Amino acid sequence: MADEQKPEGSPPPQSADAEPPKPEQKPAAPAAPKAAPPAKPAAPAAGGHAAPPKPPATMAATPWTSDLAKELKERFTDRIIETSTYLGQNFIVAKPDSVIPVLEYLKLEADFDYLVDVTAVDWPKRAERFDVVYILYSFARNERVRVKTYIAEGYKPETAVTVHLAANWLEREVFDMFGIEFAGHPDMRRILLPEEWQGHPLRKDYSIIQQDQTWVRENLEIESGQ
Amino acid sequence: MPDATFLDSTELVLNMGPQHPSTHGVLRVILKLDGEKILGTECVIGYLHRGVEKIAENRTFAQFNPYVDRMDYVAAISNGLGYCLAVEKMLNIEAPPRAQVVRVILTEMNRIASHLLWLGTHALDIGAITPVFYCLREREEALKIFEKYCGARLTTHAFRIGGLLYETYDGFEQDVLAFCDWFLPKVDEYEELLTNNRIWVGRLKNVGVLTADECKEYGVTGPVLRAAGVKWDLRKVQPYSGYEKYDFEIPTRQNGDTYDRYLVRMEEMRQSVRIMRQAVAAIPEGPIMGKVGKVIKPAIGEAYVSIEAPKGELGYYIVSDGATQPYRVRVRPPSFVNLQALDRMVRGGLVADIVAVIGTLDIVLGEVDR
Repeated sequence: MADEQKPEGSPPPQSADAEPPKPEQKPAAPAAPKAAPPAKPAAPAAGGHAAPPKPPATMAATPWTSDLAKELKERFTDRIIETSTYLGQNFIVAKPDSVIPVLEYLKLEADFDYLVDVTAVDWPKRAERFDVVYILYSFARNERVRVKTYIAEGYKPETAVTVHLAANWLEREVFDMFGIEFAGHPDMRRILLPEEWQGHPLRKDYSIIQQDQTWVRENLEIESGQ
Repeated sequence: MPDATFLDSTELVLNMGPQHPSTHGVLRVILKLDGEKILGTECVIGYLHRGVEKIAENRTFAQFNPYVDRMDYVAAISNGLGYCLAVEKMLNIEAPPRAQVVRVILTEMNRIASHLLWLGTHALDIGAITPVFYCLREREEALKIFEKYCGARLTTHAFRIGGLLYETYDGFEQDVLAFCDWFLPKVDEYEELLTNNRIWVGRLKNVGVLTADECKEYGVTGPVLRAAGVKWDLRKVQPYSGYEKYDFEIPTRQNGDTYDRYLVRMEEMRQSVRIMRQAVAAIPEGPIMGKVGKVIKPAIGEAYVSIEAPKGELGYYIVSDGATQPYRVRVRPPSFVNLQALDRMVRGGLVADIVAVIGTLDIVLGEVDR
């Protein structure tokens, strides 16, 4: 198993770049004999440099067709980028400024009244660096749906506290760990780490042994936290 | 942090914790008081933050498995079950039937162990010293079974992705059944001590009320939600590990106060015994490990899988980029989300109530802070 590990901090989107083009490449492959496979990842990567494919787009998701998905598309038109299903789980990708209206619509019109979780995923190589993910559940339908949006670094998504009170601490944790500030949040402070801490640990460029040395020295009076 | 204006009036700011016996760990609550009345609270958490989600990104899927035990350490088996199910979902596999039944038995026993620790410490907070000795005595027997099964009592790492590592030991079924027979009357014993006890009732009735709508608004799940009258339990509404095969009730109450939450958890222990008995009678023969490669490498994608942990909905949102290490593991901790409702529950109450309410929320700070 050890040799399979990726080196620490290796940029994961790379492998995402490498994998998906394989099927497209296959028809062309017969011309190139066996030696081709190692070369393959390099070629599409070079071609894809200008517009790197979004990693979530490489997920083998199928379109989600249901009444709800249709309703959402009709109502929000192009503000909904995608409605898909993966492993039987439905998700919606909305434009960053439409997330709150979508959450509101889902809560009021479709009974998705329980905000299970708010979290984020960091894709440092992508232009829109972060996924912000809202997981919803409906007691009436016994159904889950994820609302996702892709935002660039520095973009301040609107808070969901106005729709679900549960978002309060969850968004604070996202801010703490990723440095995504939510506009209009009543109490946008760190929640788990000390308030003076510098850096956001769940960003991919934050090494696992990294810490805020100044904070550690000043508050714990030691040189290293270990 | 409360601002200095608090001190200009007759209001008093009182710091409770982080080293306070009734905060069940390192929780600090800043109380804003007017006499004995609570005007507002603020929780300061993070003292136990170990960066579990960051660690996950730097371990393989299998290597991360033992770490999840350290979140809610009094219900480590539930944590492990949730994680294994999430990775199995990503791999699109299922544990073999025999493994699923053994998982259910151990998870339910862990639910009892978790509820026993809650009952003992909750009663201790309220001022009843006796129950904690009884509860820990009974919990000990459950921990002994865990130890006999996998060698560990608390952070068990009992399950593996794809099934189980260990076959059940000789006499496992008898041990579980003996535990069930011996334990069930003990629940009545606790109820005799507490349910109609005047001090207990007086301290708990109408304290820390959270209505069903408020629960949903705050995302509060588990016994707290059920005590508010919502018949919702993931084992029933979205069954996993074969829970649909067992006959059991979801206890609910109507008032959503601390006393009702106590009654719900007491009944849950009885229901867990019921599930364990059915499961022991139905352990099938067969393999305990599914077809999982030596290298666990889920396809690019993401999944959210949640289970009914003793504290509420415990979820794992896993993103894979096709490598052997998860790209992102998000843990949806029930304790963290439930704790958020603390302020709503104690506002306007008396300062003594906060001890009862922290107890009844049944938080584990290892899970709040991760």
